[in-house]
Amino acid sequence: MSNASLIVTATAGLAAAIAGGALPVRRRVGAAVLLTWGSCASAIAGAVQVLHSGHALVLQSSAILPLTGVNLALNPLGAVFVIATAVVALASTLYWLGYASHGLSTRTASTALPLFVTSMLLVPAAASVATFLVLWELMALSSLVLVLTDQSRREAARSAATWYALMTHAGAAAILLALVLLSAHAGGQTFADIQAHAHHMSGALRATVFILALLGFGSKAGAVPLHVWLPKAHAEAPGPVSALMSGAMVNLGIYGIVLVGNVLLGGGPVWWWLCVSTLGVVSALFGALYAATSTDLKRLLAYSTADNMGLVLIALGASGMFAATGHQVTAAIAMVATLLLMVNHSAFKGTLFLAAGSVLVATGTRDLDRLGGLMRRMTFTGAAFLVGALSVMALPPFNGFVGEWLLFQSLLHGLPTANTAVVIAVSVGVAALALTGGLTVAAFVKAMGIGFLGRPRSDEAAAAHEVPITMRLGAGVLATLCVMLGLVPMLVIPALERAAQSAGLVGAPSSLHGWVDLHLAGLHGVLAPVLLAGGLTVAAVVVSLVRRMAHRRSSTWPALHAAEPWGSGRVLQTARMQYTATSFAEPLQRVFDDVIRPDHDLDVSHAAESRYYIERIAYRTTNEDVIERGVYRPMINAVRWWGERVRSLQNGSVHRYLAYGLVALVVILVVVA
Amino acid sequence: MTGLAQVSSTVLMAFVQIAVVAVGGPLLLGVMRKVRSRLEGRVGAPIHQPLLDLRKLLTKQRMRPREASWIFGAGPVILVATAVAVAAISPLATTRPPLGQSSDFFAIVLVLLLGAVFLALSALDTGTPFAGMGSSRAMTIGALAEPALLVAILAMSIPTRTSNLPALVRIGLAHPSVIASPARILALGSFLVVILAESGRLPVDNPNTHLELTMIHEAMVLEYSGPDLGLIILGESMRLVLLLGLLVNLFLPWGVANRPGALMFVIGLGALALKVVVTGVAIAVFEVFTAKMRLFRLPELLAGGFILAVLGAVTAMAAR
Repeated sequence: MSNASLIVTATAGLAAAIAGGALPVRRRVGAAVLLTWGSCASAIAGAVQVLHSGHALVLQSSAILPLTGVNLALNPLGAVFVIATAVVALASTLYWLGYASHGLSTRTASTALPLFVTSMLLVPAAASVATFLVLWELMALSSLVLVLTDQSRREAARSAATWYALMTHAGAAAILLALVLLSAHAGGQTFADIQAHAHHMSGALRATVFILALLGFGSKAGAVPLHVWLPKAHAEAPGPVSALMSGAMVNLGIYGIVLVGNVLLGGGPVWWWLCVSTLGVVSALFGALYAATSTDLKRLLAYSTADNMGLVLIALGASGMFAATGHQVTAAIAMVATLLLMVNHSAFKGTLFLAAGSVLVATGTRDLDRLGGLMRRMTFTGAAFLVGALSVMALPPFNGFVGEWLLFQSLLHGLPTANTAVVIAVSVGVAALALTGGLTVAAFVKAMGIGFLGRPRSDEAAAAHEVPITMRLGAGVLATLCVMLGLVPMLVIPALERAAQSAGLVGAPSSLHGWVDLHLAGLHGVLAPVLLAGGLTVAAVVVSLVRRMAHRRSSTWPALHAAEPWGSGRVLQTARMQYTATSFAEPLQRVFDDVIRPDHDLDVSHAAESRYYIERIAYRTTNEDVIERGVYRPMINAVRWWGERVRSLQNGSVHRYLAYGLVALVVILVVVA
Repeated sequence: MTGLAQVSSTVLMAFVQIAVVAVGGPLLLGVMRKVRSRLEGRVGAPIHQPLLDLRKLLTKQRMRPREASWIFGAGPVILVATAVAVAAISPLATTRPPLGQSSDFFAIVLVLLLGAVFLALSALDTGTPFAGMGSSRAMTIGALAEPALLVAILAMSIPTRTSNLPALVRIGLAHPSVIASPARILALGSFLVVILAESGRLPVDNPNTHLELTMIHEAMVLEYSGPDLGLIILGESMRLVLLLGLLVNLFLPWGVANRPGALMFVIGLGALALKVVVTGVAIAVFEVFTAKMRLFRLPELLAGGFILAVLGAVTAMAAR
């Protein structure tokens, strides 16, 4: 049976949800995790089979959903997303075993988490509008419930959940409209029907559908300015849930855009993809800037997700533009770059969110200004975070680097085109890519250096201990993956090429090849990550041996003499004198003052005796999202204002309601007459 | 047999390049200091003084701040290791360096960035205010300089359709008109700004300052002493040679060995040394007549470099 893996995925996932809800607290999480693993394993098996054979797994049943029936078909494009989701889910649920005692072992959480995972595994397999929307909604609702489970920060979590609910449903409405428009004009609601009829639709309709889908799916992917829910929900969600949301759920936003743009509509004119790239440039810059200035560890990671999804959108837009101008090979390479960036992001952002969750568990705070010194106290978690941070900074030999290199190469080689709009878009895209890279480095040096290095800035950080083994392993698995994908990108690239082909982009047959050095066939581009890493390792070993020999001759061998650090002659140095995340980011914040417009508040009180003596200084700076403040707040205020006006109509007087009835009746009679 | 000979000559070439950069780095520092001293009316230390300093530092005791983690020790090693790796595969003396086909410009810049990131992390690891300050400033400057460099690479790569460094140098040799193209010249301006910023020279940072509050790079390495400090000085000077070496080979490629052969390689080394020393002397002279910029005026300089690079990229595309 070819579709057995889909059935097993769905049933094991449902069984996990039921077990999570029904079993007593001690066995609930273990059972739910085991069954979820079954679901993930079978999904991976199915996806690998699809990628290997190139044939879709099909499952149709009219018995489950009334009226429309369930319609699943997993093709190579979806399979890539399924594998990325399943791997992040395996690591996050392993992590959940250790995390459960921190408020994630309730019946609600143990039901919602397997449901969330299963729905994400099935969304890329959906093959009809109804199935897709049901699974999409299930994913949104189950993750919404999970955002609300952290009881310790109830107020913030509630506000985050409200934003998330609103934004995700506004997005879902746009998606619904787009897909319904498509199926109405195609005369059928399966994706195959739509694909067959898409070319006969009018240009205006196709454009409307694409823009609606871009808005709806873009909001799921955290594209600025539709991102406002993301830094709230991803930060407030419990550790494994934020890893799942950031490592897997945002990917599906990208999947949606590829699905509608490339698969259902079969590509479009240059301006569509220009919109995608513009959205990407704005997201990348905005996300990187806010990540560089955030002082909350998980908020920083969430903004970085918006940034990375921006890069993915730039690559996706580039792919579309190249395809629209007839450069099939570069279009295919750009699509592979899109998928590679996304897969890499799943690995490193999963690592980072799981490690951040461990920090939260160990110290009870996410505020970087109260952390520090964790590398010595939580060696393993610190190392995992370091690997994730180096990957997100796109430094060789870690995985982020390969993705950005490929994107850079596709932009470089996609340029021989006469289309001026594309040329300008590409150069702006590269500039944004570069600026984003610089800001990301600053952001993650801050996250790593302030959060894990130096001396502890609070008693909680000083008292931190390493987390349980399952949590360490969960983060460790993904960190290992970051290293492996960085060294041998060929582990995934053939699969990504298949996926790009099934998205309708047929490049030169296996245009990327070489296990040791990655070649771009037909273009001058070679990268040898393994050799680079090997060279670096050998050099590092030799250099440290030289240092060791020098040290051997010194009087203190083998111990390193530990001393008080230099403080300009000051004898006592306290941890409070260290740079904090706020002070670290201050120069950048000042440079980009005009963009992010932080609020400063300086309060100086003088001593009563003389105003030359200062009694105390209070300095506060808040760094609220400028789009939330500038776009969403006025919108909320306008709705509220309208509500206030309307309320004056409803003052509870029976006479007035009778009068309304009379007026309405008269109006209706006049209209009808 | 030819295979073995080829491998051994490749390895030899890599070692020679590494050795030249490792010895040349401190010597270049010595030359630049000598030029400065002479222009300021002092005799100055001998040119090989930095090498003597390194030898002395290697015999000293290793120390670490009380609360530092393993990152503190790893920082200097990684800084030097990245410089060594880049020195091995860059087209410095020859356009056919070891592993030349994977000597991608983008990759090399990011390998060097890896070293800078580890230096900034080890500074934060010391847990002192000055190191944090230096790290924060270095990262701010890096965040603005790095983009200029990447776009400059793009501007140089577009006309040649490759970001492979040896190929870029080769094309410069074969078609000198490429070097005089507006795209390359704009990229050159941007590259120069970036080199001043990345290597901590005036007007971005004063390498000879002795006041903690004005330091950027020096503040980061305040806690280092003995062999670790030696490695950092070595690493930084190697980075300077590498950046200048790439600069001169991209914009004045003449003298680089374009054919295999030991004699050509030696000539290439001589040409490299000459070109790098001349550039270094020019920078030293420039430094004598320049004051350090205020920290918050630096973004203007770096943004200037960025704009030059973007203009270069746009020109390159328009020329196609």
